[in-house]
Amino acid sequence: MDLYEYQAKHLFGKHGVPVTAGEVCTTPDAAHEATRKIGSAVVVKAQVKVGGRGKAGGVKLATDPMDAKGKATGILGMDIKGHTVYKVLVTEASDIAEEYYVSFLLDRANRSFLAMASVAGGVDIEEVAATRPDELAMIRVDALEGCTPEKAREIVEAAGFPEATRAQIEEILQKLWRVLVEEDATLVEVNPLVLTPTGTVLALDGKVTLDDNAHYRHASHADFVDRDNTDPIELRAKEFDLNYVKLEGEVGIVGNGAGLVMSTLDVVAYAGEEFGGIRPANFLDIGGGASADVMANGLDIVLNDPEVEAVFVNVFGGITSCDAVANGIIQAMAMLEAKGEPVTKPLVCRIDGNNAVEGRRILADANHELIELVDTMDGAARRVAELAAQRKAGKQG
Amino acid sequence: MAIWLDESSRILVQGMTGSEGTKHTRLMAKSGAQIVAGVTPGKAGQDVDGIPIFNDVAAAMADTGANVSVVFVPPRFAKAAVIEAIDAEIALCVVITEGIPVHDTADFFQYSVNSGATRIIGPNCPGIISPGKSNAGIIPASITTAGRIGLVSKSGTLTYQMMYELRDLGFSSCVGIGGDPIIGTTHIDALAAFQDDPETDAIVMIGEIGGDAEERAAAFIKDNVTKPVVGYVAGFTAPEGKTMGHAGAIVSGSAGTAAAKQEALEAVGVKVGKTPSATANLMREIMSSL
Repeated sequence: MDLYEYQAKHLFGKHGVPVTAGEVCTTPDAAHEATRKIGSAVVVKAQVKVGGRGKAGGVKLATDPMDAKGKATGILGMDIKGHTVYKVLVTEASDIAEEYYVSFLLDRANRSFLAMASVAGGVDIEEVAATRPDELAMIRVDALEGCTPEKAREIVEAAGFPEATRAQIEEILQKLWRVLVEEDATLVEVNPLVLTPTGTVLALDGKVTLDDNAHYRHASHADFVDRDNTDPIELRAKEFDLNYVKLEGEVGIVGNGAGLVMSTLDVVAYAGEEFGGIRPANFLDIGGGASADVMANGLDIVLNDPEVEAVFVNVFGGITSCDAVANGIIQAMAMLEAKGEPVTKPLVCRIDGNNAVEGRRILADANHELIELVDTMDGAARRVAELAAQRKAGKQG
Repeated sequence: MAIWLDESSRILVQGMTGSEGTKHTRLMAKSGAQIVAGVTPGKAGQDVDGIPIFNDVAAAMADTGANVSVVFVPPRFAKAAVIEAIDAEIALCVVITEGIPVHDTADFFQYSVNSGATRIIGPNCPGIISPGKSNAGIIPASITTAGRIGLVSKSGTLTYQMMYELRDLGFSSCVGIGGDPIIGTTHIDALAAFQDDPETDAIVMIGEIGGDAEERAAAFIKDNVTKPVVGYVAGFTAPEGKTMGHAGAIVSGSAGTAAAKQEALEAVGVKVGKTPSATANLMREIMSSL
């Protein structure tokens, strides 16, 4: 889970990383009040999980409470690269002498962690990496040793931070490392880390990505979950504990195993090219087991998407044999009907693997008018794309 | 031969007395694997179908000669369980558990590197099977046969799909390395082992979006692998910045896209199939020409 700037700064503050005072606001009046409390010039910053908000007009300086209220009125509700602004951070304006960059992140390639640091902060760091790689220091950090005082010194020296700032930045690096480890983050980034004219180093912005697998040991992280900006179907899937991602398309997908489902999306998109660009409507992994209950929840989620015209159920029976999967599909249809949500969209099913012959026989014997059985994944993808295209054309015609 | 796991492998199961542990112990035993011990702290002296339970890995190894561990321990206890297996210097530790915090995995992976005695496969993986010889994990044995193809994949169900598609030709070993951001055994490790395995003639490599493991595997193939390799990459339709089930399968920017991976593999002569079935057909052509 990616955090907003104000959430990241909350974690920074908790671990002693110096940040400017600020308050998150959802209304212009609240921005007025926050500015009054801060008692100086402020910066009103759009809270969105996307880069480039400054260029988009989402960050404005305000001299007094009335000015802040006006700036907040302009920023709240703005659309920045498809993200609606629901919150602004009102924060004390700082004088800036220099801008730096520091981060810790998971290094998948080396199966370890990496520190990155640069004197060229305040700009897109990927561009620094591409155009001026000498100005970006990258230092491996051992997971077990962590960011020791010696490691912090190594990073600071490699980045070439000015002598006078080094002690402060070494301290900040060690605290940021604690944010990474103690909060179970996979990314902790400060851009810019600023030096003020009076010689103080501060985190002016913050980006943190938390590891979803570690939520069980951080009860407080539940507050960070962003309900405003999450697709309602995705939220509902989460309640069923299903792994669902909404996409733009017409073919609902239900499958087992993340890799197989990803592959299913691709195969449907290829097949859909022939039928006027039919696309998969979602990613939904119901997991290895594929029991009737889980299948019913999965179908429920997918069929509730109004964009879905037809559904592709693609299950490979491994440990769970295909007869159980076939019974699961039939029971799931009955469960939805009993709930008062009878299925009205066609289902193309492909079940293969362990005991496939028996599974297919069960589905064929059920003789359900909306269920169509196709033996291969590629063939089923073609058929479901065709059905979705027909229904879509029927609606438009 | 096969890689890392064969008929001489003696398997212990950490978390054998849990429901998943018991279920898969039975399935592994049924498929012909030698399951010699279980480990659950505090349950020494009990048994599962006559297989003795020990309190710790070291005791189980000393008593039974186990040299492979399969871990079914829940996420919050998984790090301690793997570190215990590394401390006992077990040769192979297959971590099936899904949902382990990545900091825990980073810690036990580094610990295994420092110790130097243990290969870790996983976490969040289906395990490894050498059909007809042994089976360590949750891969269904009945869907394929023994043969001379090596298979390495991040994804469980795509592993099964490919094993099933090519069941008439059969496999030397199939390794599901798992889809987490940090994994103990990589595509490259498996490619190197298959290259050295006299019982493997050709290799199927299945990848997916996220990271650059497939790109690095391509570079490795170019310099080190002379056996034919076919590839498949899942996730061409994945949207940017979204995690698709596997925590590792997240695309940001251009690095890690399915297209970039396909291009890297094709540039070193790996034939890449458009769908799993098309990939299996490419392997069929190669095997019939050998």
